Amino acid sequence: MTSIARRRAQIALFVTTLVALLINACSNNGSPAPRDYGEIGGPSGTELAAAQVLHKDNGAEPQTLDPHRATGVPEGNILRDLYEPLVMEAPDGTLIPGAASGWQISADGLRYLFTLRPEGRWSNGDPVTAHDFIFSLRRAVDPATLSGYASILYPIANAEEINNGLQPVANLGVRAVDDYTLEILLRGPTPYFTGLLNHSMAYAVHPPSVQEHGERFARAGNLVGNGAYVLKDWVVQSHIELVRNEKFRDNDSTTIDTVFYHALENSDAVFKRYRADEIDLTQGVPSKQLEWIRTNMADEYRQSTYLGSYYYGLNVTREPFKGQPGLRRALSMAIDREIITEKLSGAGEQPAYGWIPPVQGYEPQRPEWADWSREQRHAEARRLYTEAGYGDDNPLVVEILYNTSQDHKRIAIAISSMWKQVLGVETRLLNQEWKVFLQTRATRFTTQAFRAGWIGDYNDAYTFAELMYSNNEQNDSGWVNADYDRLLNDASMERDLQKRALLMQEAERILLFEAPIIPIYFYVSKHLVKPWVGGFVPNIMDHVYTKDLYILKH
Amino acid sequence: MLSFAFRRFLSAIPTLLILIALAFALIRVAPGGPFDTEKQLPPEIEARLNEAYHLDEPLYQQFGRYLLGLAQGDFGPSFQYKDFTVTELIAAGFPVSLKLGGLAMLLALLAGISIGTLAALRQNSQTDHVAMAAAMTGISIPNFVLAPLLVLLFAVTLRWLPAGGLGDGGIANLVLPVISLALPQIAYISRLTRGSMIEVLRSDFIRTARAQGLPGREVILGHALKPAMLPIVSYLGPATAGIITGSVVIEQIFGVPGLGRYFVQGALNRDYTLVMGVVVFYGVLIIVFNFLVDLAYRWLDPRVKL
Repeated sequence: MTSIARRRAQIALFVTTLVALLINACSNNGSPAPRDYGEIGGPSGTELAAAQVLHKDNGAEPQTLDPHRATGVPEGNILRDLYEPLVMEAPDGTLIPGAASGWQISADGLRYLFTLRPEGRWSNGDPVTAHDFIFSLRRAVDPATLSGYASILYPIANAEEINNGLQPVANLGVRAVDDYTLEILLRGPTPYFTGLLNHSMAYAVHPPSVQEHGERFARAGNLVGNGAYVLKDWVVQSHIELVRNEKFRDNDSTTIDTVFYHALENSDAVFKRYRADEIDLTQGVPSKQLEWIRTNMADEYRQSTYLGSYYYGLNVTREPFKGQPGLRRALSMAIDREIITEKLSGAGEQPAYGWIPPVQGYEPQRPEWADWSREQRHAEARRLYTEAGYGDDNPLVVEILYNTSQDHKRIAIAISSMWKQVLGVETRLLNQEWKVFLQTRATRFTTQAFRAGWIGDYNDAYTFAELMYSNNEQNDSGWVNADYDRLLNDASMERDLQKRALLMQEAERILLFEAPIIPIYFYVSKHLVKPWVGGFVPNIMDHVYTKDLYILKH
Repeated sequence: MLSFAFRRFLSAIPTLLILIALAFALIRVAPGGPFDTEKQLPPEIEARLNEAYHLDEPLYQQFGRYLLGLAQGDFGPSFQYKDFTVTELIAAGFPVSLKLGGLAMLLALLAGISIGTLAALRQNSQTDHVAMAAAMTGISIPNFVLAPLLVLLFAVTLRWLPAGGLGDGGIANLVLPVISLALPQIAYISRLTRGSMIEVLRSDFIRTARAQGLPGREVILGHALKPAMLPIVSYLGPATAGIITGSVVIEQIFGVPGLGRYFVQGALNRDYTLVMGVVVFYGVLIIVFNFLVDLAYRWLDPRVKL
């Protein structure tokens, strides 16, 4: 053999070996068998670990820890540990007293009186008073704060006018009856108001430190909070470290001393770090590994219903969907949700025929056809399609827009093939990078059908219903319906919970009949939880408080 | 020499200005803005935000404002990370990237030159073939494929090393990122060294040195190595650029909080000032580095006129 030939042969052998290794690594999802952790929690199973340190995956890097400027889920997770709102959540998500030990609501539902705890303390030892909450609520709706979420506080009297610069902040409907009694006046009865107070927009910030540090008050070393934990360290794009707040009023009930929130966008990287025991609790799982996880790590995988709706919007301001509710309904009927949830997303998502997920105090709505047989549904879809003027020789041509992601792509392909099969619709798929997608969708100049999702801000139907209100910024379909708006207006003024729910249910029925949106499924939250993490209770809001967790001996 | 340095400094200014202008224009051409989020802002609030960050001004005015800030060493506020300025972020991220990149470069040079020299000395032997085959593979496998495999093997299966992050700042967390970053460079440098070394070993002055009976070790280290390094030194500039671009991927995979990660996330978030900051900072860095390479070249080969 010549030297060149020999060398070639050697290179070929080397490359082949490597490729073989690669294929081997990828074929079983790149996953060696899970480790056996042995005995957890000692002989009794309840023994605590000496080191109470928790490592949480937290998705994207938080934009800010200023509760009044934060908007995303990663921020919310950390803020829940740093601040205690007037109204807290139990591990299962039910509302319980927090910084306020109790409250009274006036008969007309417009006046709330909160009694603050005299033992409430900021992390620097200052008492938590009604004045702090007044300062904070005013700051939250002050246009100068540049908050993106101020509208969530609009139920408070004058909040909207103040946020729009029409009134001074001093006019906000909040008043300190005394140091520990806070009065909040509403513009209309808002049955979900206590739920809103759990949102970070209603958290109290420590007035002296905000005044002293200005925009930098939420940095490590400056941040003073009233929650179970305090901010110790913040390394951007890496992690945020919180430690136990010794001054917290209920510090004795806290078990975990230190919690790390790791900023990790990539679910594959998170999964590897979880398996290397560097992360104890994940925010999600890589969808491609889901099957493997359910087979091999069933004990560590927790999923539960989540307050979110995955849907397709149809732009009703342009052809072909303008003035075509029948056609829109036909497209909705032609989609087999069960196939998508079982074969594609595969995490136990609930097929959605209505728009509002199963929230408390609300009867989920389903169009009549949701209970028909597949043949019946398809026949009716074809009838509506023909009625709209389309047919085999004149098919509807439609473009589906989605943000770049394998998961969204698979669903878009499935939907386009269902439309093709049942109705003969010709579809073009178009994907765009996230920010480009958001802009295209919001401007409505070119969109026809588009992918969308919404996670509720609080556990009430209104957080979904208001999205389709005619002038809501989120209404990317451009759908305007006077009856829908009127029913929602009536609902927000209705004191009787039952009547209020009926009004919103009627509104949803109009929405589903007009079909400017096509619900696909309701989200589930997915976590991997190490066997030594105790106290984890899945809930519909997917809110986890570190103070409710503990680490077992392992 | 001084006049050379001065001339290089003067020519760096227009280079940098063009870089800034191009980067500024390119990031603004990208659709979508820093305040586009899933929860859309009411128009009044968006207008207020744009005003606060001067995004409502005409583009040339924003550019002028940016240059003015830069001249004073101010990279502006981050649009995304509202509690930090870009200067603070770069100050936090650069040491991390420097450590990672510096170690990778060091490893690449040490390993690359050693392997290359060894291969040259045993030209066409088994050692040579294996080393060069490995180098070829190293050049061909992209690091975004290699890195996850290394993690799978060393962190998940064997549990010898951490899977990502910086941990408590120890060296263990840097091993896998440094190796993933250095491997393609090791491969390239070893091939360069081999070729150059073979050529030098054939030259007359080496033959003379050998003929005079100098021990082989001294011939290689004392006489052959220095001239054989010339192509490696020229490659240092591109290697630095390669390590910087490589770190963009590696930092993302390993969750290392360096400038590369800021760059990727900044671009995705349309954090205009952060992306610009990293571009300008790296631009200056590469210009300075190329200048140093030119100086080193002169030291290695006195025939080079600067």
